[in-house]
Amino acid sequence: MRAPWELALLAAALLVPALGSRFYTFLANDVLIWALFATSLNLLVGYTGLVSFGHAAYFGIGAYTTGLLMKKLSLPFLIAFPAAGVLAGGFALLFGFFCVRLTRIYFAMLTLAFAQIVWAICFKWNEVTGGEQGMPEIPYPSLDWMGRLPLVGGLRTSDHFYLVTVVLVALCLWVLRRVVGSPFGRMLTTIRENAERAEFIGVNVRRYELAAFVLAGAFAGLAGGLFGIFNRGVFPDFAYWTKSSEVLIMTLLGGMGTFYGPALGALALILLNQQIVSYTEYWPFVLGTILIVLLFVFPGGLAGAAGTALRRLRRAA
Amino acid sequence: MPDFSFIFAQSISGLTAAMFLFLIAAGLSLIFGVLRVLNFAHGTFYMLGAYAAFQFMQWLGPGRGRFWLAALGAAAAIALLGGLVERFLFRHLYGAEELYQLLFTYALVLVLGDAAKMLWGTQQKSVSAPPELGGKALSLFGATIPYYNLFIILLGPVIALGFWLTLQRTRAGRFIRAAALDRETLGALGVNVDALYTWVFVLASFLGGLGGALISPMRATTPGMDTEIIVEAFVVVVIGGLGSFWGTFFGALIYGQVLSFGILFFPRFSIFAVFALMAAVLILRPWGLLGRPLK
Repeated sequence: MRAPWELALLAAALLVPALGSRFYTFLANDVLIWALFATSLNLLVGYTGLVSFGHAAYFGIGAYTTGLLMKKLSLPFLIAFPAAGVLAGGFALLFGFFCVRLTRIYFAMLTLAFAQIVWAICFKWNEVTGGEQGMPEIPYPSLDWMGRLPLVGGLRTSDHFYLVTVVLVALCLWVLRRVVGSPFGRMLTTIRENAERAEFIGVNVRRYELAAFVLAGAFAGLAGGLFGIFNRGVFPDFAYWTKSSEVLIMTLLGGMGTFYGPALGALALILLNQQIVSYTEYWPFVLGTILIVLLFVFPGGLAGAAGTALRRLRRAA
Repeated sequence: MPDFSFIFAQSISGLTAAMFLFLIAAGLSLIFGVLRVLNFAHGTFYMLGAYAAFQFMQWLGPGRGRFWLAALGAAAAIALLGGLVERFLFRHLYGAEELYQLLFTYALVLVLGDAAKMLWGTQQKSVSAPPELGGKALSLFGATIPYYNLFIILLGPVIALGFWLTLQRTRAGRFIRAAALDRETLGALGVNVDALYTWVFVLASFLGGLGGALISPMRATTPGMDTEIIVEAFVVVVIGGLGSFWGTFFGALIYGQVLSFGILFFPRFSIFAVFALMAAVLILRPWGLLGRPLK
């Protein structure tokens, strides 16, 4: 019963370029990438109960990997994109090995420290990363074959890249959904609820947490790889701590208790941003105010609020 | 190898930076020690302290001693702001999850940081050093130390000692230390813990605001200095030990020297060195160099 609306959503996403507006496609592309990024974080925060302050590190690593491979080495997207996931996952394994040994605030602080290390390297290693100036002009993948297809042949390159993003993000979300629903995913939830009890029944808690950390990092890396191309450039602030809190806000805004909550949060935040910036330059002020209201009024996030409203409606009916 | 006077000058500049960091990190550490929350907005209080000092200077106009008045006024204004935030907003989140409390303090960073932009614009603001100390410098071992830096280096330990004595010797200080250990028992003994928490916020914000006001003659005040300093303050409290008083002082000293000599030997990777140190401390001794493990 669950599949149809997800497929309908996928179909709707694929139809966005048909609207013919460059702006709508741009927005939809932004939303999709952030949705993947936030969902990857939710695997840690929502499902495993590990609050990471440094998730932007893996997003940044992915973005730089794809960017460097495509721009400096002229490698095809087919290699550069998976490489983003592999490298980000590799670093997540290295950093996570130390992080999962710590709990709560110390875990958060160590993830932050590692992310700032990544940021400092991107910021200062001019020869490779372009330093403070970043790396502009990341090429689009060569999607000439799409031009020969019926229906989509006449679209712009950015639309072609958007279609690729839709398919890749859908695939990643599908995989993440499978992970969360698998016995492995159930075990993560068990650890979140009571790590001590999980340990008692013979679960190697650290190993599970590390696996979740690596998976989350790898998918954040894939999101970063897409974002660098979408953004037509990669910059050190992709890995700065404020990016980590941005994605944490999306996750919380959408509701971290649900699988699609963070994606909903990404959608809501990006659309809201678009609306607000046409009225005022003080977007952070508005966002902060929304966040405060949300914390006091709907601690379950948008998805939580919607769920409560739905239950009330059902009860009333 | 650089000569001695150069190394001396470098260590003095590290020491000056350390004293500022101590002022900021002490408040952060105090709030964490008592309330077990990392206050992201503490960096914003520091930035607002600098802006407030600028504003008071404008209002006071020319005259002797106006810098000191402006600095104290700024610190008092930030203390008041901190108290109000605790009393009317933060208080209601004590029962909530840690993550929500953290996000609340981050929301404050967004709101207050943008409010500062609305009030003072994005142009950098600078405050001139007090005439009693400005422009003059001391020559020591071939290095030149401006009087203002010397004042900061002396002020840091004075504030540290005063703060420590307040915590150790006064009634309020004993209550604060007791609240850090066991809030319920303290409340059951008839102490007004709610009011105590407000005062902790007031005191911490005062120190943060004072730090911002005092740094304004040395560094231009710009938007963005809040998110930069807060991470540095995190590094300091983590190195010294979260919630540990002398650990914070010690952590600030280490940070100042690592940054100052890091620039000397690896100019490109001094920021890297600082965060690497933070990571190393967390891996080897998560409770910090002088802290004790949390329960």
